[in-house]
Amino acid sequence: MMRSMGFGEKAFDVGVWIILALVTLAVILPLWYLIMISLTPFEIWTRTGGSLFVPPAQWTFEGYKQLLSSARLPRAFGISVFITTVGTALNLIATTLLAYPLSKKEFKLRQPLLLAVLFTTLFSGGLVPTYLVVRQLNLTNTYWSLMLPNLISAFNLLVMKAFFQNLPDEIEEAARIDGASDWQVLWQIVLPLSKPILATVGLFYAVAHWNSFFDAILYISNTEMHPLQVVLRSILSAGNINEYVNPDAAIMPQETLRMAAVVLTTLPLLFVYPLLQKHFTAGTLLGSVKE
Amino acid sequence: MSSVVETRAQEGRRFSITPFFQALVRDIRRHSVLYLMALPGILYFLIFRYYPMYGAIIAFKDYRVLDGFNGSPWVGFKHFQAIFSSPFFYNVLTNTLLISIYKLIFGLPVAVIFALLLNEVRVAWFKRSVQTITYLPHFLSWVVIFGVLLTTLSPSTGLVNKAIVASGGQPINFMTDPKWFRSVLVVSDIWKDLGWGTIIYLAALAGISPSLYEAAAVDGATRFQRIVYITLPSIVPVIVLVTLLRIGNLLSAGFEQVFVLYNPAVYSVADIIDTWVYRQGIQGFQFSVAAAVGLFKGVVGTVLLVTANWAAKKWAGTGIW
Repeated sequence: MMRSMGFGEKAFDVGVWIILALVTLAVILPLWYLIMISLTPFEIWTRTGGSLFVPPAQWTFEGYKQLLSSARLPRAFGISVFITTVGTALNLIATTLLAYPLSKKEFKLRQPLLLAVLFTTLFSGGLVPTYLVVRQLNLTNTYWSLMLPNLISAFNLLVMKAFFQNLPDEIEEAARIDGASDWQVLWQIVLPLSKPILATVGLFYAVAHWNSFFDAILYISNTEMHPLQVVLRSILSAGNINEYVNPDAAIMPQETLRMAAVVLTTLPLLFVYPLLQKHFTAGTLLGSVKE
Repeated sequence: MSSVVETRAQEGRRFSITPFFQALVRDIRRHSVLYLMALPGILYFLIFRYYPMYGAIIAFKDYRVLDGFNGSPWVGFKHFQAIFSSPFFYNVLTNTLLISIYKLIFGLPVAVIFALLLNEVRVAWFKRSVQTITYLPHFLSWVVIFGVLLTTLSPSTGLVNKAIVASGGQPINFMTDPKWFRSVLVVSDIWKDLGWGTIIYLAALAGISPSLYEAAAVDGATRFQRIVYITLPSIVPVIVLVTLLRIGNLLSAGFEQVFVLYNPAVYSVADIIDTWVYRQGIQGFQFSVAAAVGLFKGVVGTVLLVTANWAAKKWAGTGIW
């Protein structure tokens, strides 16, 4: 590596840094602009029509205040929190309970079930038949329709199965010799060892629930029951969003209110993002799908 | 009396002839807990994955809500004939393929180049910061990104149009102009998954032996040459795999994205198979016609995916299964 600090090398490094910095800027600039607009007071909005830099002294949180003190948005927020927590819990229970037997060589149905699960990643009945099944089960306009149709993701199931399979057999065998049942082995031995994978899979399920939009459009016609993403979509596309805030609140630029709603919707995600990041290593997710 | 006993005995024997079931019953007795654990999951797959597959038979029926999947009358290929002779279908199919192909030919090289550049960064904090920021949009919902696009692309107050006007151009209404909307779909898709898409390549890059680079450096290879002759070839199998996977999913052009971002002004260029199925089938109550289009998509998609996997095994030495 003796030639590594020549002029060409340095110029190359600088070039790489500049390109990466520009790409990063292109990702962050729209988000930054959006946050700035959500803090822009009326006078500045009418003067500039949105600016990349609003001095902190002039920031207003009025948009956030109005949205949070209205009826629609906080309600939708609560619904999304409910669906995300209960839905993720159900996802994890169902996925774990199926993944564990599938990781056991002595489980006779293992091979046929794995094939059946893999087949669903290849072919599906399609949107209309799935919708009709949910309707036949009378699940439309219930929160079940947002949780049950996607109870188990084949991908997450295979990831978890692979993790269970890679746990050392000796620990389980020792427990069995001590007279532990399958149930006790799963509950007292396997699950405590599986916290990392439960966290990863749980976070991915949770993000999917939080971001889910179309399922609610499809299955829930009662607007009172709409989750946050659906309400945000109507706030963003409504000509006049005054129906989403208190009628006697101070007048705010529509754009400020809209972007404040976007930020409020994203906030919980930003809190879990550092947790998500810990599990970014591709190896845990990719390699495990293959048998 | 004795004949009844005999028949029963025969039945019993016929049942026990199948060794698999015999073994299964024994297995269920021995590992009853495992079977009990698997039960909810099995029920889930039967009810929400396999029953809809069975329900897809309504593509060959005139589905009536009260009669259900089984009771509705058969009509053969009526709906398929109607679809294949409808100009709407070809418009929707063209849109789907175009949007998918644009995303593939623009998105894939961008992710590969971005991964190669990231791989060249030796300063940990810089690499980490770039990754942290560029991975973030992957976790944002399309509704949130709709908000991002509305502010960034607004004709009057958007950043992009402000730049266009400042350099003497006319503002463009990106979200409602059919000339621009597909570009919005492609660019926003790249923006969302640019960082996340590099993960699979970075994993492959991490496996390259450092001795290769050292040998190349001793031989006087420049950084650029090292990238072209060592780094790039080592991720070619991954690139082939990703390309083939994307080809396998060509008929899914990104339903949620299009559904959230589009509007009637751009239906002519943005309406894809899935959005059409939703509007005709669910909103227009043409369940059977939409199910037929869905079935067409499902079957073609499966064939594409299986072929792509076969090709990946053949040329990249690694498939999905």
